[in-house]
Amino acid sequence: MKVVQYILLVIIMALVATACAAPDQAPEEDVQAANPSTISVSIGDWDSTEPKNLPDSVSIGVLFGLSGDIAVYGEVQQHGVQLAVEQINGSNYLGAGTTLEALFEDTGATGEGAIAAMDTVLGKGVVVVVGPTLSTQAFSADPIAQESGIPVLGVSNTANGITNMGDFVFRDSLPEASVVPGTIAQATEILGLENVGIIWGNDDDFTASGYEVFKGALADNNVSIIADETFARGDVDFNAQLTKIIAENPDALVVSALAQEAAQIITQSRNLGFEGAIIGGNGFNSPAIISQAGEAAEGVIVGAAWNIASDAAISQEFIDAFEESFGAAPDQFAAQSYTGVWLIATAIRRADSGDPASIRDALAAITNFDSPLGSFSFDAARNPVHDPVAQIIKDGQYQILSVETAQP
Amino acid sequence: MTFLQQTVNALWLGSVYSLFALGYALVFSVLGVLNLAHSAVFMWGAYLGWLAATQMNLPLPVAGLIAILGAGLIGVLLDIIAFAPLRKRNAPRISQLISSLGVSLILVKLAQIIFSAQPQFFTLNSSLSQSIPKLPFKITVIQGTIFVISILSMILLRLLIRHTRSGKAIRAIAMDSQTAALFGVPVESFYRFVFFLSGVLAGTAGLLYGLAFNNVLPFMGDSIALKGLTVIVIGGLGNIEGAVIGGFVIAGLEIASIAFGSSTYRDAIIFLLLILVLLFRPQGLMGEKTVSRV
Repeated sequence: MKVVQYILLVIIMALVATACAAPDQAPEEDVQAANPSTISVSIGDWDSTEPKNLPDSVSIGVLFGLSGDIAVYGEVQQHGVQLAVEQINGSNYLGAGTTLEALFEDTGATGEGAIAAMDTVLGKGVVVVVGPTLSTQAFSADPIAQESGIPVLGVSNTANGITNMGDFVFRDSLPEASVVPGTIAQATEILGLENVGIIWGNDDDFTASGYEVFKGALADNNVSIIADETFARGDVDFNAQLTKIIAENPDALVVSALAQEAAQIITQSRNLGFEGAIIGGNGFNSPAIISQAGEAAEGVIVGAAWNIASDAAISQEFIDAFEESFGAAPDQFAAQSYTGVWLIATAIRRADSGDPASIRDALAAITNFDSPLGSFSFDAARNPVHDPVAQIIKDGQYQILSVETAQP
Repeated sequence: MTFLQQTVNALWLGSVYSLFALGYALVFSVLGVLNLAHSAVFMWGAYLGWLAATQMNLPLPVAGLIAILGAGLIGVLLDIIAFAPLRKRNAPRISQLISSLGVSLILVKLAQIIFSAQPQFFTLNSSLSQSIPKLPFKITVIQGTIFVISILSMILLRLLIRHTRSGKAIRAIAMDSQTAALFGVPVESFYRFVFFLSGVLAGTAGLLYGLAFNNVLPFMGDSIALKGLTVIVIGGLGNIEGAVIGGFVIAGLEIASIAFGSSTYRDAIIFLLLILVLLFRPQGLMGEKTVSRV
């Protein structure tokens, strides 16, 4: 009996040990493959002078939620970063002698986790930080980077006020405030909405700020809210709230939720007999919504920073490379984290320096950078500027919203 | 129509909560210790079912059986690794609690390594996830099935505990394990059996939960673990009937607070009840007052 116990214990410990070691190894392998130039890519500001003064290795800290319920986002974000780093090193974007090294830290789903991860990477001397995944976490961890004078670039933070934390805080993810008004205006026009029911998560900065933005956009379009219900993160059963909303017979259901909850809300509202349109925020931008909600997801409308149907060449090149590396189609979060690392590399290349303050200035100066997200610029408040797209889920795919695609 | 629908919502949610809380309560009643890995076994039940149904293409009832028995075995392993060694050493109960927390983390991380953090789905026959026609309320075939299976499991467990020899032995151990051992009850084997049963209950709940929400995730146990804990505290720690009634009380209150009040106060109302119970009836709604003797 005893022997069996020890053997089991050893097996489990070995498994845990390999598990802990795995994430650290991946980026180093990428770095090994760096010299000489092995691939060519069209993304990047190749016209700028090749940097001469960079050290052998430039490290960036990457903070994503790789465990907990937000790992759904964290994993694809990590893939986006890995692909970008691989391309940057493979194409000698920072000069033949310099490799970009990404130090990944798991933040879990909490603000405390993000703070600990931020402390860890700053202690290792990174020049820029990417992340963290959630807006809530950004509000906890970004002030540390700001205080230390290290630029931090959010690649998925969409709540209001992220960049108000300081002049070293950037994001390349369009805030809800830039995406939602356009989506609501188009949906109102195409579907003739008069009244809607709304359901939102009231314990998360992202979903709560999404709710405020929806409320404002609905008011601007003279659409009235006839039912207003909330839920908490981690909920899976929404039947009670949805029953109450559907009893009011709204034209559409507006949802401010993350992907996990969103898929359940879509499925459960359809099961309860709701046939109207369902309009969501950024959390709906995940292929998981379609694979999970299946047929119920038909007619779901969501604004986005990026759509896989975009026919821009640079976006197509990104999709192909991503699929080849990871065997799955990228989503908006992958596109944003991938673009984020290229923005940083471009700032480092132009600054021709490993000094965080010079990199910050070069990052803030980026305008009209050709990326999968489109022609990308930072505005004066270090928020992203590029065109959003209104999409509708049809035939199991995100398509561009129009009168034709809105037909059932 | 709305009231009827909300009642159905409450009954269905209550059956899920109760089934999960039963396994918690069972282990607590016999060992007097919280098994914090219960939610991890719950999650593995769902994954085993998913593996058998979608990866090995077995019919759903067979896949379900594999999931449930597999979860039972994980329960047994859990006892062998996390509880038995500490029991033998007469370690304090808090050590067992912490050891179960450790196993829980390992089980969740293991699932994330093997299956990734992306949610997995059952490829269900679409007729299963559609509402049953000609009813005055909406309930899907799968929800109805789950309700029936939940209630059946609860009745079976009660029969087993109250009306079989094994049940008698388990109750004897729960009362006083040393005396039970003196009377010739093989205590260690019954501890294994209790963990097997608890694993089976967790696995059943996990499988049904995964099917109902068609969503299997390494972290799916997190939120229900907290609910389950609230359920057994309100029902009476270690009280089997209390776990069932607690489950329905919590679900009923949650739904009622949304239907008649506002969803914003749902959790506040549940935790207010929790505080009230702890203040005025710490033994729980169904628990009996225990007198500590020196």
